[in-house]
Amino acid sequence: MTASNESAGPVAEARPGWRLRLIPVLDRYGILLVILLMCLVLYALQPEVFLSWRNIANIFKQTAVNAMLAIGMFLAILTAGIDLSVGSVLALGMMCLAVANAAGWPWPIVLLLGPVVGLAAGFVNGIGITKLRMPHPFIMTLGMLFMARGLANIISGGVPYTGLPEPVRFLGAEQIYLGDWGTERLNLPIALIVTVVVYLAFWAFLEHTVLGRRIYAIGGNPQAARVSGINVDRALIAVYTLCGLMAGFGGLIMAGRTNSGFPNAGIGAELEAIAAVIIGGASFFGGRGTVLGVFGGVIVMGLISNGLNLNNVSVFWQQILIGAIIVLAVFLDVVRREVGTRK
Amino acid sequence: MTAAPAPAATDLGSQQPILEARGISKYFGAVTALRGVDFKLHRGEVLGVVGDNGAGKSTLMKILSGLYSPSQGQLLFEGRPVRFHSPHDARGLGIEMVYQDLALAENLNIAENIFLGREPRRGRFSGPLALVDHKAGRRRAQEHLDNLRIHVKSVDQKVGELSGGQRQAVAIARATAFQAKVVIMDEPTAALAVKEVGKVLDLIKGLKHQGISVVLISHRMDDIFYVCDRVIALFHGANFAEARLTETSRSQVIGWIMGTKQGAGELAYDRVQ
Repeated sequence: MTASNESAGPVAEARPGWRLRLIPVLDRYGILLVILLMCLVLYALQPEVFLSWRNIANIFKQTAVNAMLAIGMFLAILTAGIDLSVGSVLALGMMCLAVANAAGWPWPIVLLLGPVVGLAAGFVNGIGITKLRMPHPFIMTLGMLFMARGLANIISGGVPYTGLPEPVRFLGAEQIYLGDWGTERLNLPIALIVTVVVYLAFWAFLEHTVLGRRIYAIGGNPQAARVSGINVDRALIAVYTLCGLMAGFGGLIMAGRTNSGFPNAGIGAELEAIAAVIIGGASFFGGRGTVLGVFGGVIVMGLISNGLNLNNVSVFWQQILIGAIIVLAVFLDVVRREVGTRK
Repeated sequence: MTAAPAPAATDLGSQQPILEARGISKYFGAVTALRGVDFKLHRGEVLGVVGDNGAGKSTLMKILSGLYSPSQGQLLFEGRPVRFHSPHDARGLGIEMVYQDLALAENLNIAENIFLGREPRRGRFSGPLALVDHKAGRRRAQEHLDNLRIHVKSVDQKVGELSGGQRQAVAIARATAFQAKVVIMDEPTAALAVKEVGKVLDLIKGLKHQGISVVLISHRMDDIFYVCDRVIALFHGANFAEARLTETSRSQVIGWIMGTKQGAGELAYDRVQ
């Protein structure tokens, strides 16, 4: 027993160099650095417009929907999964509430319908992935992508419905007047408040609840989670249900902002959500990433489209830029891993 | 050779075994993995289990830890018949398994890995939204590691940053964090650097001193002869031989692994060279 005084301890491990110690810091806050840099560039290009309150509020208004989809997608990606159906589920939720409204349903039900439909679709995804033993969440959610889109078209007859009551539009369109600042009216969009509250809630959920930590554990090593007595299937069902809920919630916000429901809403939105999560530093192999990072990823995407719009750059260039940034973000992650692992 | 079970060095003779298996058979379809295997583990004993690949060691351990249920036969824990439906049941009695592939989540820190699936909680929520008491987890993990004399820089370290030996130590700490009575280890030294093997073996000795019974599967005679009180050999899914460590020799045990009772140490060395 005397020998075990040093038992399995680090054998006078050399102190890691500054570059290695920088990695966790960059991991956590690197995305904020990127955002700061982008803001500086955009400010330099459009000093009057970019930093105006109006423009900032606009960015948050426009990114709110992607923010909702991305945080749900983040959960799926944390478990090394994916949810391809969020764009279609958004459209389904949006269409259900618009059609229900047109049919004269009372607004509280109309309001809840979007999120509830999303939750139900997500639950079906979760059941399919676990109980039907689909080989990968890709398959089940790809199926849901088509089914939800088809359903959205069927219930609407393929046409948009416009005109929603005030309370239903509240989350997506409303803003709070805070006062004047110089010549500017300071309006705080409700969508921004919603985004911040949702992200704080997800942060608390993932960092501090039993299920949140188990989601990380499942992403890190599903086998370990299983033999530790964690009910992996139940956790996965919860993940995809939450992801669907957030997609439906995104549908409600988009319906509010556009004062309508249209069956083509959210086409390709799943890819933008995935992009935001990946840019935010989450690992596609699961188990790694932070809520702050995802928030940063959403903001980066918002800044790109806002900045290019302000500078009258074609939307096609936005696509190229976002694509390049995805590749760059993952490349940086690969480099980081190589430097970070000491074998 | 000693066909009858020999009392372990530390056993008080007539004391009943803490864990016993009687006539265990296990079939996987047409394949017979185990045939009427008997197994006894005494309190505070380190029992070595040897056998060639496919001899049924791992299958037997998975039955003892509740991962598989036996096709035939009976398990007794502290003299009472028990039936495990999952590792969860076995763990409830204090039977823990350290898996060969080290069931740890590399992305979580040491404290979280030790309490994985049994997180300390706080607040009034229950179920999946119960709050994890990170502070208590860190403190209890540190205390537990100190108890086992495992030294790490910090319990906040991610397991992915640890060496193989340190991971093995964390896996053992995990298995013993909740009043374990029996710890089953499947080749705990197989993947380790030479200098780390001794530390893990000392850790196993430490468990024994705390009164925990240990089952150690190993191919390495050095491991067996350093920590075990008794060794049993399986061959082709059946009991083959068994002896106290003081009453046998390396060459004899190596012979058992190869299915001969003549003692085949030299033969084994010849094959290696």
